[in-house]
Amino acid sequence: MRRRPGYCHGGGRALLEPGWPLIHFENVGLRYGMGPEILRDLTFDIPRRSFQFLTGPSGAGKTTLLRLLFLSLQPTRGIIRTFDREISTIPRDELPMLRRRIGIVFQDFRLLDHLTTYENVALPLRVRGKEEASYRADVLELLKWVGLGERINVLPPVLSGGEKQRAAIARALIDRPELLLADEPTGNVDPPMARRLLSLFLELNRLGTAVVIATHDLSLMDQVEARRMILSQGRLDIYD
Amino acid sequence: MTDAPRETAETAAPARRPEMRVRPTAPIVPPANVSGRALMFVIAIMAFLACLTFGAVSMVRATAASWQSQISREITIQIKPDDNLDMEQALKDARDLALTFAGTRDGTIVDKAATARLLEPWLGEGLDIDELPVPRLVIVTIDEQSPPDFSAMRKALSEKIPQAFLDDHRTWVDRLVAMARTTAFIGTGVLVLVFSAMVLTVVFATRGALSGNRHIVEVLHFVGAEASFVASEFQKHFLLISLKGSFAGGFLAALFFAIAGFWQGRSIATPQSDQATALFGTFSMGFTGYLGIVATMVVIAILTTLTARFTVMRTIYEIDLVRSDPSRTDQLPDT
Ligand SMILES: Nc1ncnc2c1ncn2[C@@H]1O[C@H](COP(=O)(O)OP(=O)(O)O)[C@@H](O)[C@H]1O
Ligand SMILES: [Mg+2]
Repeated sequence: MRRRPGYCHGGGRALLEPGWPLIHFENVGLRYGMGPEILRDLTFDIPRRSFQFLTGPSGAGKTTLLRLLFLSLQPTRGIIRTFDREISTIPRDELPMLRRRIGIVFQDFRLLDHLTTYENVALPLRVRGKEEASYRADVLELLKWVGLGERINVLPPVLSGGEKQRAAIARALIDRPELLLADEPTGNVDPPMARRLLSLFLELNRLGTAVVIATHDLSLMDQVEARRMILSQGRLDIYD
Repeated sequence: MTDAPRETAETAAPARRPEMRVRPTAPIVPPANVSGRALMFVIAIMAFLACLTFGAVSMVRATAASWQSQISREITIQIKPDDNLDMEQALKDARDLALTFAGTRDGTIVDKAATARLLEPWLGEGLDIDELPVPRLVIVTIDEQSPPDFSAMRKALSEKIPQAFLDDHRTWVDRLVAMARTTAFIGTGVLVLVFSAMVLTVVFATRGALSGNRHIVEVLHFVGAEASFVASEFQKHFLLISLKGSFAGGFLAALFFAIAGFWQGRSIATPQSDQATALFGTFSMGFTGYLGIVATMVVIAILTTLTARFTVMRTIYEIDLVRSDPSRTDQLPDT
């Protein structure tokens, strides 16, 4: 196996962008408490507008790496630069502003049970102080796109696993983030729906969002030529 | 809540509607849940108790103050009968003498009929005052603010009418003042205790009600809400709960006083009611009473809102603390 730090600048478009990648990891290591190092010496970039799968066996640290990317965990050692800011120097009250540029799909969805599908998906816009009238059409259109057009007034406890998943994805996409992180986003859906969701991610990527999909679903990864980041035993191998 | 797809629910979806209508946007914090109702109930109870205590204590304090002032507003001149004394003349003289002193206002001679009435409980009806050696009284009202010189008055009286005796109720007033002070002090102590209990209960009940909402704080935080936004959503919610609760409690307390006052008014002649009135004063919610209820509501509202704000801020702080300290992994999001 060939291991190299994957520096990749998404083709010619990179020339139009500022020089720095969205995310830059340098010799990053992470351990939980006194435990073993889950991630070791990670050095890589997530370029703007890139599309990649993050894969590896269960327990390899995919979710942990996504937490680092989402700024909800700081590394035990090494440097992470997010949107050209070194994350150890970012004050707490600036985190929300940075998180607004990142969409995330949690493995357990984290929908609010007292809000309808529509309200859950609209939540990121609502917390940004936007008026409901200004986003209603967009939210409804996105819900139709992910196949939840008939479920907009339903509360999450009534949704099936696959529907919850799609609602969680829609919530992550709604504000057109610069970076989308998804943890096993096709874990609860059948292959046709998985393909549909994948094409949604690709479409979003075409519109300019960098996408990181953590998955161990090989058939999903076989459907697209994309960068693969493979975690095993705490190390990361990148295949462009 | 990972999988368990409910295909039945999915297929039972309402179909074929051209333009789906969206319900009016629900508040971010769920409006009614079990812990919220429990909090409202606790607040209502505490507000009721606090208002009741406030009302009772201010009533007792007012009564204690009035004992004191009523008694010290009067002095009495007692004239013992004597064979070579013209009682009626002596009474007049005593009254006129007393009224020459600055600080007196008014003098009344208790006439024979009134004296007989006063003695009725002891001596029975239909007695002839002239037959008995009963002392007679002159009641002089005085200006509490600048009372007359009692010892000078006493001296002048004994010079003119040796049978006269001046009682300025000094001993009584001193005792009553001491008792009133003790009563007011105890009342204030009870009020402080009840209010402290209220403060603690409201703070802890609010925190308890919030603990069930941690996941909401987390989700809001992770979809990019600023801490102040999250806090204000929860503040609004808890302000409403506390206003509802404290209004109910305060209203019940006011109602209690109204009913008690009504009962007292209806049964004004009965010995029980007279005793209650003498001891506790009249049950009436004066302006201060309502002011106290409103003040209690304001205190509870501020307490609940601040507690909600503080707790939410603290929760967010803890979530972010995990970020900078990977050894604190207990509250990590399950990405
Ligand atoms: N909050 C945590 N505290 C302690 N250890 C954790 C925590 N989360 C994950 N781990 C450990 O880190 C390793 C990687 O977990 P994870 O990132 O969830 O892997 P993956 O998502 O690839 O299955 C596992 O051994 C897991 O036990
Ligand atoms: Mg995982």
